[in-house]
Amino acid sequence: MNISIVDYKSGNISSVINSFKEVAKDKVKIEVTSDLIEIKSSDKVVLPGQGSFKSCVDGLNKINGLVETLNEFAITNKKPLFGICVGLQMFADIGYEETETKGLGWISGKVSKIDNQNGKYKLPHIGWNQINIVKESKIFKGIENNSHMYFVHSYEFIPEDESVIMATTDYSSKIVCAVEKENLFGTQFHPEKSDKLGIKMIENFLSL
Amino acid sequence: MLKNRLIPCLDVKNGRVVKGINFVDLQDAGDPVEQAKIYSEGGADEICFLDITASNENRDTIYEVVEKTSKKCFVPLTVGGGVRSVGDINKLLNCGADKVSINTAAVQNPEVVVESSKKFGSQCIVVAIDAKKNVDMWEIFTHGGRNKTGINAIEFAKKMEESGAGELLVTSMDRDGTQAGYDIELMSKISSKVNIPVIASGGVGNLDHLVDGIKLGNASAVLAASIFHYGKYSIKEAKEYLDSKGIPVRI
Repeated sequence: MNISIVDYKSGNISSVINSFKEVAKDKVKIEVTSDLIEIKSSDKVVLPGQGSFKSCVDGLNKINGLVETLNEFAITNKKPLFGICVGLQMFADIGYEETETKGLGWISGKVSKIDNQNGKYKLPHIGWNQINIVKESKIFKGIENNSHMYFVHSYEFIPEDESVIMATTDYSSKIVCAVEKENLFGTQFHPEKSDKLGIKMIENFLSL
Repeated sequence: MLKNRLIPCLDVKNGRVVKGINFVDLQDAGDPVEQAKIYSEGGADEICFLDITASNENRDTIYEVVEKTSKKCFVPLTVGGGVRSVGDINKLLNCGADKVSINTAAVQNPEVVVESSKKFGSQCIVVAIDAKKNVDMWEIFTHGGRNKTGINAIEFAKKMEESGAGELLVTSMDRDGTQAGYDIELMSKISSKVNIPVIASGGVGNLDHLVDGIKLGNASAVLAASIFHYGKYSIKEAKEYLDSKGIPVRI
């Protein structure tokens, strides 16, 4: 099996690479790439993302043909794709960080700033928070409800169709933290930094 | 519910841990990777490396250490000490650091914070504030506490938030190394002034100090070094203690 981690200069992805390689060992080939042919021919794709929604979308657009290739991979060919943090957020139609920016439009919804109740809650939402699993998902296999995952973000994905929500987390409000729609998977938290349980999720994705 | 974080800090010099866990069964007490693994397996919420390498020639070893550690530790890794430029930050992040803490450079040239948080995202930019009580204010010191600046720490904290820092690591120099507990007044003043998380540092001598840092100092996270060195307390014991005092922690 070949897995591509999309490298589009979206900030620091070395932890993503390290954790996937740790799980993959010799069984799975992990490529860190922005090469369209390589992405097309892979079995699964990981879309990481750090920094602002706008800077990540800009990063994707800067690589000629990348968005089309991802669309073909995920929407036309329905192959498994895992978005992490802003990688997940970009599934949305639109994001409001920095300025209004169009997303990939894969799962209807928007990405807006977390309502921190006039400063009552600190932002970014940083640290270990518990996830409320609301729906069975293959990527949560072996992970119990209320497990801790590592978060760091100030914006949240609000999908229109609540049936895609796999898990939420409680902060200033209920925040969507894992979604699944057919072949699309995404987490707001960082499995690559979430210790053993995060590694377990990566394992689950690899063995889909 | 978001948990308060416990962060052990390891001093690394020329690629080796100089103050670390001194367990008998540790094969190599100076290996940062091995020590970081012990902490992360014990439940540390993050690991912090402070590079105290004296000479510039040996600076590069921290990159190797970060690279090796990040391949074996899957909790966030923060690296600080001697970070001068956006280029330094870039290099550390590429080696596998999840966050970089900036101290002297943030004071001398706040643009580094503005630029790096734009470039890499606020989530990986931690500004370390070293402050000392000076009559009626807390004054910022740089260069590992050697140079006074005349800058008011609380105002500086606000400025760093505005510049794009994702977190503040606040160390009381009056308390650092004393084991007398955090400077609670300093922590709570800064924490109430800014809207980003504050990590309390400097002065922890026992587990009650950790409790105070969170309960009284309103810190989101507590950092400690020496209580974990020489195995005085384990991470697990510290977390269980915090839990027993009603502080939400990841266990």
